[in-house]
Amino acid sequence: MDIFLQQLINGITLGSIYALVALGYTMVYGIVGLINFAHGELVMVGALTALSVIQALMAAGLGLPPAAVMAAGLLVAIPLCMLLAYAMERIAYRPLRGAPRLAPLITAIGVSIVLQNVAMLFWGRSYFSFPAVFATTTYSVAGAAVTDLQILIVLLAGALMAGLLAIVHRTRLGLAMRATAENAQVAGLMGVDANRAIVAAFLLGAALAAVAGLMVSAYYGIAHYYMGFMLGLKAFTAAVLGGIGNIAGAMLGGLLLGLIESLGAGYIGDLTGDVLGSNYQDVFAFLVLIVVLTIRPSGLLGERVSERS
Amino acid sequence: MNFSCACIATTLASIALVVGGCAEDKKSQPAAKSGASATQTTIVKIGIVAPLTGPQSHIGKDMENAVRLAAEDANAAKISIGGKELQFQVMAEDDQADPKMAPVVAQKLADAKVNAVVGHFNSGTTIPASKIYSDAGIPQISPSATNPKYTEQGFKTAFRVVANDNQQGKVVGEYIARELKSKALAIIDDRTAYGQGVADVVEKSALAAGTKVVAREFTTDKSTDFKAILTKIKSRKPDVIFFGGIDTQAGPMLKQMKGLGITAQYVGADGIQSTELFKLGGEAVEGTLASFPGLPLERMPQGQGFGGKYKAKWNQDVVLYAPQGYDAFNVFIEAMKKAGSTESAKFLPELARIDYNGITGPIRFDDKGDIKDGPITMFKAKGGKWEAVATIGGAAPAAEKK
Repeated sequence: MDIFLQQLINGITLGSIYALVALGYTMVYGIVGLINFAHGELVMVGALTALSVIQALMAAGLGLPPAAVMAAGLLVAIPLCMLLAYAMERIAYRPLRGAPRLAPLITAIGVSIVLQNVAMLFWGRSYFSFPAVFATTTYSVAGAAVTDLQILIVLLAGALMAGLLAIVHRTRLGLAMRATAENAQVAGLMGVDANRAIVAAFLLGAALAAVAGLMVSAYYGIAHYYMGFMLGLKAFTAAVLGGIGNIAGAMLGGLLLGLIESLGAGYIGDLTGDVLGSNYQDVFAFLVLIVVLTIRPSGLLGERVSERS
Repeated sequence: MNFSCACIATTLASIALVVGGCAEDKKSQPAAKSGASATQTTIVKIGIVAPLTGPQSHIGKDMENAVRLAAEDANAAKISIGGKELQFQVMAEDDQADPKMAPVVAQKLADAKVNAVVGHFNSGTTIPASKIYSDAGIPQISPSATNPKYTEQGFKTAFRVVANDNQQGKVVGEYIARELKSKALAIIDDRTAYGQGVADVVEKSALAAGTKVVAREFTTDKSTDFKAILTKIKSRKPDVIFFGGIDTQAGPMLKQMKGLGITAQYVGADGIQSTELFKLGGEAVEGTLASFPGLPLERMPQGQGFGGKYKAKWNQDVVLYAPQGYDAFNVFIEAMKKAGSTESAKFLPELARIDYNGITGPIRFDDKGDIKDGPITMFKAKGGKWEAVATIGGAAPAAEKK
């Protein structure tokens, strides 16, 4: 039982990170119908930037409290990722907005490769260890271990998602985004600045990606220049699982995928008599993708179809 | 995405090949002219191959630094053979710890007609490369590849100056069973030739010594998420966890173990016995045990002197296999001196029967090319440093054994 609980805790933590990243995919898809494969790289840039800032602050020995150091890392990483996402949209995607769907998709893959290699040139190919900003405390809950970091990740992810929902449903900007998603042309005729709404979707996704980057590198204790690729694919899977374009779907999909991976990895050995081990963890995400695409192509909560939603 | 990386890497490698090729032509022409005239010199090209970029670059660079230091010392010593002074040139190549890259760079060195090769670092790269060196007749000494297969292929050109995994794994397995008195052992490996190889031998020897193996899990040499594996292992309640792999995985794994509240004794082999592990794993490393196929630097016959010299030259401490790399280079020189020739074919027979006193201790090879009586030391992580706790075997006096 304690092992079930442990995998559940691991799964929820991982799932909240997936959900944050998946939101970036889903918002952009919902509004412009583009799968931004470079989104995973934003997570990587966010992680490495925050890490560099934190390392520099620690080396400076100012004796700042851990929370301030982490916040400083985020305060640099978030604007940088937003700037990058803006540049991406302006330079790579906007000129292709009227083009056939395949063109921006290939461009997105190209942007991803470019970002990865720029990061490799800038940060090198080494693995970076997450600095020991704070000592994690481990609590024991019914035989399972929970760290304060895990609790923090889940709470912060929850708060960010609530904040995002509030922006999308309670503000004029959110209204503009939803209107543009519904029909960009009609929204334009009603006086909605479609470009502004699209940029907002990119920027919000980038900010969440930066936070997710810091979370994932703190959680696993390591960051490197190609960390965004796999994470991006998993988050994309989560978005598809929930129904791409659907914001609540991305949150649900992320959490579910995290749980499926953890529980799957935890029990596959027992179920197959140790023929398949927990090293097959990564396989689950893509197995889920295949199953969803076959049985329910529009995802659990349904794809956001602009005409009839 | 791996594909794109490989593409870029190959492109870069081919650019390097062209650039390197040009530079070499420029150098060798005047050298040939001057050789004919006043000062008689023979150019001796020694290759050094290790992962010079990527997650394991700190270990690879360490080896490269040692070889460059050895070449500098050898050039300063003005060794002459057949009335010609030897001029050592180091050709450093990056195999990226990738078994696919290893034969590519090995072929490059073979085409450049190097006299000998120090390397590679990983077992997974050393084994495929050794075939190329063997075909080209180039003697190869690996300072660090410990997988037994390397010297079991029957290549006359393959040597190593460290104990192999059979020797190391056996000692570690017995140590776990007898000294740590483990009743329940969990084993993780990274599915590389090195990691899996050493884990298999540890499993076998611990079983033979009466320990029960309660879990056997795998990861990869690129993973960073071990929570699922560790949670599963936790459910089997092991008292010792052995990891066959490299510090890059061990660091985060130790952190994640701590997060999951696993208190079992963590044991690894030489792949994690590096100073980098403390950076990657932080406080979680404390108490970790790791074996090393050799003596600790401070117990090597000339370890202290070498450590000082290395630091003076490179302004950093020895990471891992620098002494072995330095020795490998000097074993080649010794064989060349004995044979009175720098030609690979001529000094190769001398290499096989070398008896050389290096920094790491006496170096002699058995008929397979493995070092004879390589000592194995167990280290414990204490306060951010590795502290030797026991030395087992070896030609050096076994007085250190506690």
